[in-house]
Amino acid sequence: MNNNYIIGLLTLILLSLPFIGVTGYPLHIVITILIWSFAYTGWSIMGRFGLVSLGHGAFMAMGGYITALLWNYYGLTPWIGIPIALILTAFLAIIVGYPCFKFRIIGHYFALVTLALSEVVRQVIIATRDYTGGSLGYTPEPHGEGGWSIYALQFPDDRTAFLFIAVFIWIIGILIWKYIDNSMSRYALEAISEDEDASAAVGVKVTREKLKITVISALITAFAGALYCQYQMFISPDTIGGVGISLQIVFAVVVGGIYSALGPTVGAIITLLLAEILRISIGTARVCVTDDFCLNASGFPLFIYGIMLIVFIIFLPKGIVGSLMDFFKNNSSKKIKTEN
Amino acid sequence: MLTVKNLTKKFGGFTAVSAVNFSVEKGEILGLIGPNGSGKSTIFNMLSGVHFPNNGSINFQNQELSGLQPQSICELGIGRTFQIPRPFKRLTILENVALAGYFGNQNVSKSQAWSYAEEALHLVGLPSDPNIEIATLGAAGLKKLELAKALATKPNLLLADESLGGLDHSEMDQAAEMLKNIRKELGITIIWVEHIMGVLMKVVDRVMVLDHGEKIAEGSPEKVSKDKKVIEVYLGSDAKEIAKAAKR
Repeated sequence: MNNNYIIGLLTLILLSLPFIGVTGYPLHIVITILIWSFAYTGWSIMGRFGLVSLGHGAFMAMGGYITALLWNYYGLTPWIGIPIALILTAFLAIIVGYPCFKFRIIGHYFALVTLALSEVVRQVIIATRDYTGGSLGYTPEPHGEGGWSIYALQFPDDRTAFLFIAVFIWIIGILIWKYIDNSMSRYALEAISEDEDASAAVGVKVTREKLKITVISALITAFAGALYCQYQMFISPDTIGGVGISLQIVFAVVVGGIYSALGPTVGAIITLLLAEILRISIGTARVCVTDDFCLNASGFPLFIYGIMLIVFIIFLPKGIVGSLMDFFKNNSSKKIKTEN
Repeated sequence: MLTVKNLTKKFGGFTAVSAVNFSVEKGEILGLIGPNGSGKSTIFNMLSGVHFPNNGSINFQNQELSGLQPQSICELGIGRTFQIPRPFKRLTILENVALAGYFGNQNVSKSQAWSYAEEALHLVGLPSDPNIEIATLGAAGLKKLELAKALATKPNLLLADESLGGLDHSEMDQAAEMLKNIRKELGITIIWVEHIMGVLMKVVDRVMVLDHGEKIAEGSPEKVSKDKKVIEVYLGSDAKEIAKAAKR
């Protein structure tokens, strides 16, 4: 089955949801999944080449906070605010990425540098609490009365409008993924991930290629952060930034499939549905093992995530989509062999 | 074509290459020999930009190379192979070479890169079927792939680093013929570093001998094989082998 048909079909189904009676909470879940899928796709664009960034929470927070701050303090519409946020995010990605790539900080060390980036941005948001609301979170001012406004990119109580936006950017994310997959940069980055010296010896500009993919990846994630903010109308360092979100991104992509276009989307569906189910069924209950020994169950989802992550990395390193694709490929190649 | 003056490289207190001078004429095959640790690979790494020299100059077609990055040197028209083959295992054979064809040349379209790759694979005698994985190649095949990768970047000067280590005798002769053939067909100048001198002496126009980072002899294979210092360095079976090969 062709991947493009699946994506086309999915798009049609998604766009028709509001008209076949899917509204309210279910539609909210769909929109959330699409926005996160976009962010996850952005991460996997570089993650698949062994550039494991634990700093994408920082980029996402940049996108959300800068757009919201510009709107609240300067009345700047997100139509201009988002591009400004993206430009600043690209700067941050270059400032962190360039020295890393120039001085060959790869593998675990790259992950550690980016991990620090997540925390730095989170701390900056908290330290500037007079402007950003700190860890209590931040809300973009509603625009006028009723608030529905294309100018302000705010659509309160109109999930249909946001669904269209979310589907649109989700498709854009997939298309960028596919474009890179078909480009020569993909070969260069695969080669770089194996052997930087040998890549340079055949003329690959190692630093430039890595920087390019990092900036693209950071921009997508920042864009997702901005849209998340416009949709939820509330952001906090813990909902779109920090180490927690960075790890959530990595985790979802690993589960879904890091080497396939739809992997991050499937990862988003599984992890977000799981999180919702756990949240509704357990909530903030306390689990008591004995009379004196009680655990706060709000950590329970994290516990499940951790176990799933270990299981996936060991048994399904290509994620759900990658493993399914391998399965079908093997079956079809067996068929060809028996026909011969 | 290439003029190297006073080239020096120190690693800490150890002088790997000390004040070496040599030059290579267009269309020539220069052999670079010497025992282990004599500085052959260090010279190669300086020519290809992996190491920066501490002193001296490398002039290639009126361009100073010392201080340039490997990818810029590749762009200027110097291709190299590695002593131990370094294929990209996640790509197929054709993709490996096409990558070199695309990034090793300027303003090349994707389809052009692919046709460069097919040419290069044909020249070294590897199949250009798009689906063959690296894992199917043996030691000889991997050496050929290294060569194909370097050739796909369309070099004017090819640096072949001990390209025959780990091959049996017939494979060695084959590979030596191949280098000869590459020069004949593409007019590429070659510097060939090799441990195994028998084969090298039959192919090269000129030999340079290194020992402890210094040049101890240079000249035609016949002259060098009779050189006292060289025989001293290669005491024993190798010296006889060189002399025998040079007579042929």
